[in-house]
Amino acid sequence: MALLTINHLSKSFGEEAALTDVNLTIEPGRIIGLLGKNGAGKTTLLKLICDLLTPTDGEVLFEGAPIGVESKKEIAFLPERTYLDKSMTIQQTLRMFQDFYDNFDVNKAKKLLADLDLPEDRQISKLSKGMQEKLQLVLVMARKAKLYILDEPLGGVDPATRDYILDTILRSFDDGASLLISTHLIADIERILDDVIFLDRGKVLLTAQADDLRNETGLSVDDNFRRMFKC
Amino acid sequence: MEFQFDNERPIYIQLVQQLRIAVVSGDFAPGSRLPSVRELALTAKVNPNTMQKALTELEGEGLVFTERTNGKFVTTDEGLLLRAKRALAQGYADRFLGEMAQIGYDRAGALSYLQDDLT
Repeated sequence: MALLTINHLSKSFGEEAALTDVNLTIEPGRIIGLLGKNGAGKTTLLKLICDLLTPTDGEVLFEGAPIGVESKKEIAFLPERTYLDKSMTIQQTLRMFQDFYDNFDVNKAKKLLADLDLPEDRQISKLSKGMQEKLQLVLVMARKAKLYILDEPLGGVDPATRDYILDTILRSFDDGASLLISTHLIADIERILDDVIFLDRGKVLLTAQADDLRNETGLSVDDNFRRMFKC
Repeated sequence: MEFQFDNERPIYIQLVQQLRIAVVSGDFAPGSRLPSVRELALTAKVNPNTMQKALTELEGEGLVFTERTNGKFVTTDEGLLLRAKRALAQGYADRFLGEMAQIGYDRAGALSYLQDDLT
């Protein structure tokens, strides 16, 4: 059974259509890139999948059932903006996540954080922006979920941080779980993608396996994207 | 071992090629156990699905075999390793001869260049 099925999904904000008739299927065990320029509707789509927005039309099914309380347990979402309480320490934050999520694996989080060499009594406000992004990613990836949704995890980070993020993603990619990653920084991430979705002005223009696309065009995913959108 | 990719060609095909070289060259010694798919994927910084697919291809060629609970091993079949090495050498030689032909060396000329003129 498909992990996620999206049928005729549309979302408007007032007069403005953010998404128009989106149809997608996400299978288990895949890493999928949701690729589009700024304003293409990537975040709107991700928020609809996470049940943080109400669709204007259409439906999102998780393992065949409408999304809701049950699907939220199985979908771990990394939003683009930080939501952590910066007055808390890392340790307090870990404890809060443990209380909040049944499926939060604190040992996995500690293991992933170990490479960062961060003292757990450090206040989040004292961490650099890059460190805060890494911490948030670890908190999301340490949940034992079936679908991980990462919204622009590479936005505005330096190359070393980017490598850590890609490594953390690969390290935590469990058998059977899927990862949906939105980004406009395609070249940095395309090597780890199984599938790609091109989104433009609220519409899905292309879905393909990354290697098939390279094979058919002799171009990287990034070059295909640039060619299609002339940016 | 180090993996290098370009994004213009399927990652899977590049991975098969580089793993084949690692086996033929003895980087992965005959009879030795390969690291797990997960470890190899992390080393190469690629998706574990892609690594799995590449290893399945090598298994199809017989260069790698699976022992049910133990993981994947490099073949000890020397004939097979030699044939795989020759196939790679053939590819390199064809490319060399092709590029030499482009600049005006015929086959004999290219060979004599290798034997006599190479500095």
